[in-house]
Amino acid sequence: MISVEQTARYVPDRLKSPAARWVKSWESLLIVVALAIFITNSFASPYFLDPWNLSDASFNFTEKALIAFAMALVIISGEIDLSVAAIIALTSTAMGYAAQAGFDTPMLVAIGLATGLGCGAINGLLVTGLGLPSIVVTIGTMSLFRGTSFIILGDQAFTSYPASFAYFGQGYVWWVFSFELALFVVAAIVYGLLLHKTNFGRAVYAIGNNATAALFSGIRVGRIKFILFLLTGLMAGMASICLTSRLGSTRPSIALGWELEVVTMVVLGGVNILGGSGSIPGVVLAALIMGMVTFGFGLLNVPGIVMSIFIGLLLILVIALPIVYGRLSRRWARSAA
Amino acid sequence: MLTMFLRSRELLLLVAIAALLVVVTWRFPGFITLANLANVYNDTSILIILALGQMVVILTRCIDLSMAANLALCGMVAAMLNFYVPGLPVLLLVLIAVVLGTALGAINGLLVWKLDIPPIVVTLGTMTIFRGTIFLLSGGAWINAHQMSDLFKSLPRGIVAGMPVLSWLSLAVIIAMLVVMRRTPTGRAFYAVGGNPHAAVYTGLDVGYTRFKAYCLSGGFAGLAGYLWVSRYAVAYVDIAAGFELDVVAACVIGGISIAGGVGTVPGAVLGALFLGIIKNALPVVNISPFAQMAISGTVIIIAVAVNARAERRKGRVILKRAEHVA
Repeated sequence: MISVEQTARYVPDRLKSPAARWVKSWESLLIVVALAIFITNSFASPYFLDPWNLSDASFNFTEKALIAFAMALVIISGEIDLSVAAIIALTSTAMGYAAQAGFDTPMLVAIGLATGLGCGAINGLLVTGLGLPSIVVTIGTMSLFRGTSFIILGDQAFTSYPASFAYFGQGYVWWVFSFELALFVVAAIVYGLLLHKTNFGRAVYAIGNNATAALFSGIRVGRIKFILFLLTGLMAGMASICLTSRLGSTRPSIALGWELEVVTMVVLGGVNILGGSGSIPGVVLAALIMGMVTFGFGLLNVPGIVMSIFIGLLLILVIALPIVYGRLSRRWARSAA
Repeated sequence: MLTMFLRSRELLLLVAIAALLVVVTWRFPGFITLANLANVYNDTSILIILALGQMVVILTRCIDLSMAANLALCGMVAAMLNFYVPGLPVLLLVLIAVVLGTALGAINGLLVWKLDIPPIVVTLGTMTIFRGTIFLLSGGAWINAHQMSDLFKSLPRGIVAGMPVLSWLSLAVIIAMLVVMRRTPTGRAFYAVGGNPHAAVYTGLDVGYTRFKAYCLSGGFAGLAGYLWVSRYAVAYVDIAAGFELDVVAACVIGGISIAGGVGTVPGAVLGALFLGIIKNALPVVNISPFAQMAISGTVIIIAVAVNARAERRKGRVILKRAEHVA
């Protein structure tokens, strides 16, 4: 982050062609990795290529990816939201409470989305309204949200959900394509368009690169960040509906540690953790990769906690490799000059 | 000097702690007896040790979220050595735990120093890696009380001059840290690096190396706390102290250590930890479900950050505009 050494900048004679840029991009590297994992998996286990198995495997990443899309925008804008898993827990608890009180599915969905939005609004207000650092605020709200869930549930669980509520986590839109997978595709398209094709998206990049400059160019930095936290809360609420419906029960420890996996997914997707750059196609590919790796490990009977070692290593390697590569290529450029 | 103290975070915390004690005593008079307060201090000792390690890291503008996982790994290694190699003296096990913790901290430090990876990413990653490693080592099995030697379990409980060894240890750590932070160049460097990294470079400080040292320190404290935790609760398994890193960060934030680096004191961190410790010990006494503790510490963290931010805003007159944007 901080270096005072003088580095000479080499200005290229011409820009790289768009094709060359695409070949060298992070996304194309991810495509290669995804294909490699796909091929390895299909050789490693004869059960991998079954369409129903692949459909089951998609549940490994769809819910996390829903949050990852919104989280990508938050991280690109230079903030972070570590409370997403706790929002899932609180939302799930709220829905379980409502289900016990006799509310039906549409009302449960509304309550779920509203709770998610409410939590996002709290984060957003604390970060933009009071100007507090998002990392500490969301560590605080993380304990607050999950703690509230613990106060309501203690060591109990909500398990009585209406039968029609099961559709979101267990229903299929067509053949092997689950509702969650469909939601994932729709969310990917919506967030892809939002980030890459709208003024809002450009503003998000601008804020992440230089919030002060963005403010002086007339971007409402505070409002946009607030909206981003709202969106993250909303997506966490949506993920909570899917997860609760899939599990059919709510415990306060639901989705424990998911914030780490969501952040890993976003960073693996090529989003700069310091803000300013990243893309939704990258996050989609990262979601596919993490889903397939988890599924492949599962087929090979690797326990979940060992997978988490892998995810931790992946997170560090993914960030370290470009840094090391950048340093080496600069050294080569210098010795060539 | 006196007005400085009157406006300080430490006084504010002392008042808050006193108010807290008054409220608890009003509901349950037995809480304020000397014996009980000594118990509360003893119970908070591990948190104090960890908070002091975390404080140093936060001072240098970093954060160590892997502390609890580091603690659990070192505790597990100490417990397993005690079980599988019965001959080893306990003091050697403590030493191994501290060295191992320092080494794990050094991994964090190297990644931050040599590769410039953002600290939060590094420690989020190593947090899961350390936890996973415990599983790999133990195969998911528990080391229970009957598998530990008697001395291994009783060392922190042993009473010396009226106080358990655990309390004495945390007191020693506090005093050592007071000296290090106030009287040594390394201590000043931690403040300088966090206060203004650019200026620190121009004064001849190696920012990365100072951060590395901070991580080694927090890792070493986590290792020590690992042995203490396992021997005190007489059990070691994969999930011990899960989520405790948040309590440690909370203690620091409550103690007035600015997450933006460069601001914070040893007494502040200790008082922050004590504040949380008193809440934790008081909840069952005043008939509030222990499940409420998480929500309460969350609320306290948010309030403390807000108070910190207000305190930082009152910085005084700008006499020189900032010339350079610090990346």
